[in-house]
Formats: sequence, structure tokens, C-alpha cells
Amino acid sequence: MSEVLAVILGFAGGVIAGMLGVGGGIVFVPALTIFLGSSQLEAESTSLLAIVPVAIAGVIRQRRYGNVRMADGLLIGALSIPGVVAGVLISNAVSQRTLEVGFAGLLIVVAAQLVIRAMRSPPAEAAESG
Amino acid sequence: MRLAKLAAIGIAAGAFSGLFGVGGGTVIVPLLIFWFAYGEREATGTSLAAIILIGAMAAFGQALHGNVDYLDGLLIGIPAIGGVLAGTTLQQRVPERSISLLFAALLVIVAIQLLVP
Repeated sequence: MSEVLAVILGFAGGVIAGMLGVGGGIVFVPALTIFLGSSQLEAESTSLLAIVPVAIAGVIRQRRYGNVRMADGLLIGALSIPGVVAGVLISNAVSQRTLEVGFAGLLIVVAAQLVIRAMRSPPAEAAESG
Repeated sequence: MRLAKLAAIGIAAGAFSGLFGVGGGTVIVPLLIFWFAYGEREATGTSLAAIILIGAMAAFGQALHGNVDYLDGLLIGIPAIGGVLAGTTLQQRVPERSISLLFAALLVIVAIQLLVP
């Protein structure tokens, strides 16, 4: 039963991510803790696996529109290793509570970015160009 | 200098990823726009290429600590591809602004729930 729920959450999370241009992780992590009963650390870790296929599909699609500067993207990815290692080690060293508070902070930052972007963009009817 | 900036973006995004279980687009997209004058679409598209590597490496690191539920990850990630395709198509037809604001409100509610257990 929880498998069916995971599939539904994945699809629904993808719809939100695609519609709003936010990453899958910001949707998957709360979905995993709230609906599948994962701990914050498990949810964050499992979300990392889930975002990989989504990013691959996104790159294939965006490349066709000429929106991917592959060399820069791959360089950023390759050069991220020290950050990734530090992040993984810290997330495993701190308490569950610290992770929750940190993630709550991230949610608020993303919410603020969404509000700023929504306020700046013209109403949907006028947004035909671009 | 350019390489140093790309490394700074990568390291910041990688830390976000390992710490929060996200791809790091929240960091990559604004920095590509700010430092390299990328357009928003290019920044988002390019961030996806970086996220493939960052997500895979961070997932591997967390798997070494035994934190990854592989079945859930795939059951969520693979249907999400279809979801994203549906979402980007819907984007043209829905009042994106109201939905952005609604979703922002939802994120704040989840954040408050996390802060006040």
C-alpha cells in the first residue's frame, strides 16, 4: 500500500515541481516524512535518489530548447564534491531536530523566492512572449 | 576566476544537497544569473545538469550511511518524471501566479509544523 502511495506522491510532486519550476527535493522530503513516515534524515537521503531521474529527464528536455550549458553544469557538479561530502557528514552528525529546523529554514527561503517571482512576473494572460 | 566561481557554486550546492536532500537549484540558479548573467531558463536548464551529478553523489554518500530507501526513491523518482512533464505542460494553462503563492503558503505551513512539533 505504501508503494502505491509513493508512486502517487512521486507523480504529484513532479507535477508541482514542473508547474512551479521548483526542484523535486523540496516536495519529496516533506512528502516522505508526512505521508510515508520517514525520519528527516531518511527522507532527505531517499529524496536525493528520487531527484536524479527527474534531473536526467529535465536535461534531455531542456537541451532541445538550448537551455543547457552542459560544460558549466557538469563542472559545477564535479566541483561540488567537497560540499557534498561536508553536507553528508554534517547531516549524519547533527541531531534530527537540527536537521528539521534547517529544512524549515530552507522551505521559508524557497517560499520567499516563489513569492518574489510571482510578484515580478506579469499575470498569466499577458505572459505569451518568451 | 570563472572556475573558482563555478567551484563556489558547486560546493555551496553540494553542501545544501547533502544537508537538506535537495538538488541545490535554490543556490545554483540565482548564482548563475548573478555571476554569469545567465537567463532564467538557461540557469534552470544548466542547474539540472549539475543536479544529476550532485544528487547521485549525495545519494551515494547517504547510502554509505545506510539512510537511503532505494525502493521508495525509485517509486517516487520515476513517476515524478511523468509528473514534471505534465506540470510543465500545465504551466502554460494555469494561473501560475496564484498557484505559486498557494504553494509558498503551503511550504510555510510545513515549515511551521517542523519548527513547532
